[in-house]
Amino acid sequence: MDSGIVQKYSIISLARHALTGHRNWPRAWRDPEPKSAYDVVIIGGGGHGLATAYYLAKEHGIANVAVIEKGWLGGGNTGRNTTIVRSNYLLPANAHFYEWSLKLWEGLSAELNYNVMFSQRGVLNLAHSDAQLDAYARRGNAMRLHGIDAELLTPGQVHEMVPLLDCSDRARFPIAGGLLQPRGGTARHDAVAWGYARAADSYGVDIIQNCEVIGIERDGGRVVGVETSRGRIKADKIGIAVAGNSGHVAAMAGIRLPIESHLLQAMVSEPLKPMLDTVVTFGAGHFYVSQSDKGELVMGGDLDMYNSYAQRGNLPALEEVATGGAQLFPIMTRLRMMRHWGGVMDMTMDGSPIIGTLPVGGLYLDGGWCYGGFKATPGSGWVFADTIAQDRPHPLCEAFSLERFARGATIDEKGAGPTPNAH
Amino acid sequence: MLLIECPWCGARDQTEFTYGGDGTLVRPANTAPMAAWHEYVYLRDNPRGRHTELWQHTSGCRQWLRVVRDTMTHEISASSPVELPFGDRKP
Repeated sequence: MDSGIVQKYSIISLARHALTGHRNWPRAWRDPEPKSAYDVVIIGGGGHGLATAYYLAKEHGIANVAVIEKGWLGGGNTGRNTTIVRSNYLLPANAHFYEWSLKLWEGLSAELNYNVMFSQRGVLNLAHSDAQLDAYARRGNAMRLHGIDAELLTPGQVHEMVPLLDCSDRARFPIAGGLLQPRGGTARHDAVAWGYARAADSYGVDIIQNCEVIGIERDGGRVVGVETSRGRIKADKIGIAVAGNSGHVAAMAGIRLPIESHLLQAMVSEPLKPMLDTVVTFGAGHFYVSQSDKGELVMGGDLDMYNSYAQRGNLPALEEVATGGAQLFPIMTRLRMMRHWGGVMDMTMDGSPIIGTLPVGGLYLDGGWCYGGFKATPGSGWVFADTIAQDRPHPLCEAFSLERFARGATIDEKGAGPTPNAH
Repeated sequence: MLLIECPWCGARDQTEFTYGGDGTLVRPANTAPMAAWHEYVYLRDNPRGRHTELWQHTSGCRQWLRVVRDTMTHEISASSPVELPFGDRKP
């Protein structure tokens, strides 16, 4: 890469550091004191904020940037998801955006000189009725027309691919087939935040942790800076990338959003020998599972279904996840769970994200990611950096404007209507 | 587990209830401008803290309640019957 990373990670650097017992690795990024002013301030040091800062520096030559994080890097939803990456969407705006993101994923480890452990093990959506399989065929055809890979599988092909699935007629919801996106998969979520942080830092971006934004300062309809727990920072352009808390932060600039914050939980089982080499999603309930490199089954399901900023949920939602798992994989009935956690989702009124300019000059929003922000990380950073640099929406996120709700131009992938917890 | 106080049935587990969202919304008149409808249908205060919200006791008496709950701590501080039809409530 052409960045200013002082010490590139390689087999040679690994061997050199092995000679000194790996005790002399330099830190991956600096820990600077905030300056009094920057060209751009990004609120939120998760994957999206860090990716935005990286692409601002690399693609747009804007390196006088601060990423301000109230906690630690990737401590929010970047580190709380189930690491699934895919672009299997029906609607054109979603398909084009997520496919661009997937293409960036495919070259990300080399781009960042950091192994994000992107594994294209496939994402398999199970269908449990003929009607559902018809709907999947339609979505698969739409994907292929958009140049995205998709394969419709028969029950026999599903069984061959995932032998431990209950593919019998006795299942509560027998499997009628599946839609596979072979290029989908998983990635190591922390590595994505760390890789972007290290690469952005090498261009001179200041990453400031343990610094909470408590106010957005405005003058004559434009932003002039942020007030933080570590003092005032001036900036003419401010990007908000705090999904989960978008409504809270936007309110600091007097903006109401079509978003409710909801709680989504996930959990991992005890480690097992390799048993699942793809990502499987249940079509008759809400359940998705993959196996981590450590052998744990990583699984998630539905929201807790009530507004919450708590980052911790209740057991009924987990019971439902476990029920879904046991219906698909009978062996899971004897599986012990090891950890569970919760994250706060920006649930929008149509299930699609909001990326673009806001009614306050110099203020930009990247939020409303619902369940699906992790896979969007590279694409989101790419279009958001461009949107901030050019002060207009990137073509790939024009449809994701905040104004779409007032115009009735919602992007409702599920057709669930303005009920945020239904998406 | 949330324990929600139903005014008719007493304290019950959250699993007996269905969430109904923000309980402070006021339905505009049918003749109201589109901007008022946009606000009613899409925009939410989404507070971090005290939230007034609707729940229906779907697996119990099926009545609608208005509950005040903290979205950071999940503590429920009040629950009361909802006067019907709640969509037409005057502010």
